[in-house]
Amino acid sequence: MSSKHTLSVLVENKPGVLARITALFSRRGFNIDSLAVGTTEHPDISRITIVVNVEGLPLEQVTKQLNKLVNVLKIVELEPAAAIQRELVLVKVRADNETRSQIVEIVQLFRAKTVDVSPEAVTIEATGGADKLEAMLKMLEQFGIKELVQSGTIAIGRGARSITDRSLRALDRTA
Amino acid sequence: MPMTEQATGAQHPQPRARNGGPSSASVEHLTGAQSLIRSLEEVGADTVFGLPGGCILPAYDPLMDSTRVRHILVRHEQGAGHAATGYAQATGKVGVCMVTSGPGATNLVTPIADAAMDSVPLVAITGQVASGAIGTDAFQEADICGITMPITKHNFLVTRAEDIAHTVAEAFHIASTGRPGPVLVDIAKDALQARTAFSWPPTMDLPGYRPVTKPHAKQIREAAKLITQAKRPVLYVGGGVMKAGATAELKVLAELTGAPVTTTLMALGSFPDSHPLHVGMPGMHGSVTAVTALQKADLIVALGARFDDRVTGKLDSFAPYAKIVHADIDPAEIGKNRAADVPIVGDAREVIADLVQAVQAEHTDGNTGDYSAWWKDLNRWRDTYPVGYDLPEDGSLSPQQVIQRIGQLAPEGTIFAAGVGQHQMWASHFINYEQPSTWLNSGGAGTMGYAVPAAMGAKAGMPDRAVWAIDGDGCFQMTNQELTTCALNNIPIKVAIINNGALGMVRQWQTLFYNQRYSNTVLHSGPDADGNAAKGTRVPDFVKLSEAMGCYAIRCEDPADLDKVIAEANAINDRPVVIDFIVHEDAMVWPMVAAGTSNDEVMAARGVRPDFGDNEDD
Repeated sequence: MSSKHTLSVLVENKPGVLARITALFSRRGFNIDSLAVGTTEHPDISRITIVVNVEGLPLEQVTKQLNKLVNVLKIVELEPAAAIQRELVLVKVRADNETRSQIVEIVQLFRAKTVDVSPEAVTIEATGGADKLEAMLKMLEQFGIKELVQSGTIAIGRGARSITDRSLRALDRTA
Repeated sequence: MPMTEQATGAQHPQPRARNGGPSSASVEHLTGAQSLIRSLEEVGADTVFGLPGGCILPAYDPLMDSTRVRHILVRHEQGAGHAATGYAQATGKVGVCMVTSGPGATNLVTPIADAAMDSVPLVAITGQVASGAIGTDAFQEADICGITMPITKHNFLVTRAEDIAHTVAEAFHIASTGRPGPVLVDIAKDALQARTAFSWPPTMDLPGYRPVTKPHAKQIREAAKLITQAKRPVLYVGGGVMKAGATAELKVLAELTGAPVTTTLMALGSFPDSHPLHVGMPGMHGSVTAVTALQKADLIVALGARFDDRVTGKLDSFAPYAKIVHADIDPAEIGKNRAADVPIVGDAREVIADLVQAVQAEHTDGNTGDYSAWWKDLNRWRDTYPVGYDLPEDGSLSPQQVIQRIGQLAPEGTIFAAGVGQHQMWASHFINYEQPSTWLNSGGAGTMGYAVPAAMGAKAGMPDRAVWAIDGDGCFQMTNQELTTCALNNIPIKVAIINNGALGMVRQWQTLFYNQRYSNTVLHSGPDADGNAAKGTRVPDFVKLSEAMGCYAIRCEDPADLDKVIAEANAINDRPVVIDFIVHEDAMVWPMVAAGTSNDEVMAARGVRPDFGDNEDD
């Protein structure tokens, strides 16, 4: 049985770090489902959210191998039940005077936003979990999807605890 | 980050204050190149193997004035890399090599990969094109950081002079602590030329690098319990024990428990071969006793070993009855190939020292293991299936005998370096390794051509020891040019070419698995000058070749001359010696477990499957 796991990887914000991580995945034969990179509240730390589709044992191996990278500060697996996961999609849907109102209705149902309108199309921005976005896209399919762009998943744990706290302290010690 | 304690027991050069002075040392104004050489001096790098070129050129100018760093000019960058590895394996210190950008750097790829596979502490310094030219396909530009990313423990691209000193300190720290490995420092030419402030020691900035060395006490107690409860335990010892300098502790643990010890190819010498508890090397060409001991064990205590496929054979049939205690400094090795019942992350020396105490505590509680029935089996296998060989019937030289006599006639403490292939396996079987760091070879990567440059590096680091390279004629033709380096730099190594005129190990597989069809394994085909087909054409003539490179060279073809030529070689210490031993081409390495098969199928010799009393038809 294979399943998806969401890893939050805190790394030093240095050139080439993303290459080291993605190269490690391909070299060790692990597949990345989704990848999102961005800075954190600390300018020296970047956060990479990786969704991998692996079984339990390979997951342990990939986490250990990632931990060996010198620029990796910390790895946390975010359990779906204890974390908020979001993706962003921008989708351009074919629309004319007849279908536009139906499309806008679907957009409202999914609490998405219409961000651009032209005579032949509307562009929709939507955020949410993978399931919600999939459901919305399924509803929009009938009108004709002209173009679709999706971000990688980002995720954050629920509650007051922060996974960056301790890593920040480690960085401060070296300063 | 504060300077952490040395993670391994070996003597590693570490950043330290100059003359033991305070850390607020005076600030000097230097060029980046001077700062590089000063940093190398401060970390204690006494020997650098290298070859200059355009981009590293600024560094070679202050290097000329250094009285603390000896630079040895090699003939090929690959030689610099393997020499640094041989130096590191023989001395326990970090090996250093320095080359220029582009092809200079790419020629280091093989030795870096080799060092990564065998966890050898290596710092490779490469020149890079000026920072403004990086990414423009400039002359002699190669993205060596990108190229070596998967084969280094870590690498750095330095584009500012002020980053050189702390990067060198970090590189040596990473290379020598935790699980050792190669670190590459790529320095742009303009960073070497710019001026900067230099002070030592610099502040290291490695927030993500925290190797765990102290083992977990509960796991240690659990392991000790299993050891005393086991009926058929084996201590499976890998290169990590050597790297950690844990050989004294290992002897104590082995003698305290009375468990048999098997040392892998990377660990030969970490436990004396002559010790009664030693059952030989495991794996594809391991001793029947060691291979079978692991197969029939009820407990395997892996110490700094990684369950490599050459040890386990077909993984799902490896050691089917054994519980596994797996201790390694690299957490990623634990459970990678074989699930561990008791995982222990830690430095091998600390692990073994703690295990000794925990086993003693078990003994005090009256729990001592009884392995007497186990030793009856082990001794029977050892007596029945010793590692041995038959002499050729035609009176020609036996390669095994040549290697065995070199080992027997070598002075105590002699360091042996091997290439890769049959001669490597014979050197692992027929030379007794009694001391650590006396056996250097390319275990994980299997790099042909390792022996000559590695022997050169070992001799440069340990000038008072005798150093023998046991090489094959195939390997020798890959890297022999470093004999010139040896001759010119007073590095008098001795080289035994085990010359069977073929790529012997590949030929052996063709004999066994490809119906004796010798496709492209014959190195000197055709009859020699006397029309003797078996002995080849003598192209190249290794004696003449070696003499041309400034060596004393002898050829030996007759078993009657064997001891005489070895004694002659041992007596020469003012230049390198090469002996071209013309050996029988059909000799094979036994025992053997064919690739991809179970270790249960170990063959003691061709067509001889050991009888363990479990054959159906017995």
